[in-house]
Amino acid sequence: MSKKSRLFRSHFRAWLAGEEMPLRERHVRTLHKKPHERPEPVPEDVRINRFIHLYHVSAVLVAVCIVAVLLYTVFHLPLFGSANNPASNEVAQRYIEQGLEETGAVNIVSGMILDYRAFDTFGESNVLFLAIASVLMLLLRDRNNIVLEEDVHEAHERVIEKANEDVILKRVANIVVPCILLFGVYVVLNGHLSPGGGFSGGSIMGGGLILFAVSYGPERVKTFFGWKTFRAIVVGALLCYALSKAYAFFTGANGLENHIPLGTPGAILSAGLILLLDICVGLVVACTMYGFYALINRGEI
Amino acid sequence: MKEFFTTVISYRFEIAAMVLFGIGFINLLLQRNLIRKIIAFNVMDSSVFLFLAAQGYIQGRIAPMIVNGDLSAATYINPIPSGLVLTGIVVSVSVSAFFLALVQRLYKKYGTIDFDEIMTLAKKEAE
Repeated sequence: MSKKSRLFRSHFRAWLAGEEMPLRERHVRTLHKKPHERPEPVPEDVRINRFIHLYHVSAVLVAVCIVAVLLYTVFHLPLFGSANNPASNEVAQRYIEQGLEETGAVNIVSGMILDYRAFDTFGESNVLFLAIASVLMLLLRDRNNIVLEEDVHEAHERVIEKANEDVILKRVANIVVPCILLFGVYVVLNGHLSPGGGFSGGSIMGGGLILFAVSYGPERVKTFFGWKTFRAIVVGALLCYALSKAYAFFTGANGLENHIPLGTPGAILSAGLILLLDICVGLVVACTMYGFYALINRGEI
Repeated sequence: MKEFFTTVISYRFEIAAMVLFGIGFINLLLQRNLIRKIIAFNVMDSSVFLFLAAQGYIQGRIAPMIVNGDLSAATYINPIPSGLVLTGIVVSVSVSAFFLALVQRLYKKYGTIDFDEIMTLAKKEAE
């Protein structure tokens, strides 16, 4: 083997392991590496080595046993794709046969999760809210969480970013981002008519926002989507969901009329509250997705 | 023998889900890099979603969107597992994001994401 190809291979291996970047130093933005104090190599302890060996063997054994038991169980399940599967019982039948009439949604899954089981979906949105809250607590750069050398590094990165303008990315983002956002809005608004809904549409919109932030820099996003907007949208959407559904539950439980027209199935303004709830969920999901990205990337929204 | 193979093929999705679960689980146990552990966790999540979706499928039926006003339950697949998968995906995304944030904090403190090294450093700190 020639020396050059061996060099290439060692570089390639280092790149795979994440220790090296394939470009020249000047263009490279790598994660700021903290001077890494490796723990001193422990003197070869026979007991530790034996423990590690035992751990590996027992881990493989446990995993193989679990997979074997699971595979054994699979062969005792009802046949794949059979209509007599006990999972497709009278509940599923009721959702399909009465769903359109009772919820007004053509998409039965939407009707199910945002009408019959709306409380469960509210919990899901709250799980997202809790996740973004805990990520905020961990990563937000506030008074208690500021490291000087990190800020210096951040400023250095900004300078590199300004110096190396990425023309291709910006041009492509110019064309693609509006389409992505529009498609996300379409998926959210058609959640009760076609496949889609708040969660999928919200993730599409969040992806579009992330692409915009990557290509134009976080400062541009901050002009229309800052911390205050983020907070207002997430809290407002969750409150709107809670209040509208509380009204529906209250009237439903007390046998009152709830004055929410179901409309003609198939029209965009139909299906009672489902459209509103879809929009709320979509906003929460889009904000959360972008929030995860921004916090993990820079520690601020 | 032939019968066995036809059974295996008819259960292909469930078997794939179980094998994926095993792959994720063994990586969760053996990988020392914390980010790889998170990826393994996500593989396990995906295997559960695959299993649930396979349980809801019924041969020859279509996705649960009302077509041409056909309201008979014999036309559509079971919508409930689809809803459950939706819930699962949301929780999996949230948990992954939380894990990643924790790993970032650990990296900031210890300068490494190797689990064994973090444990050694933390033990030394406690002494």
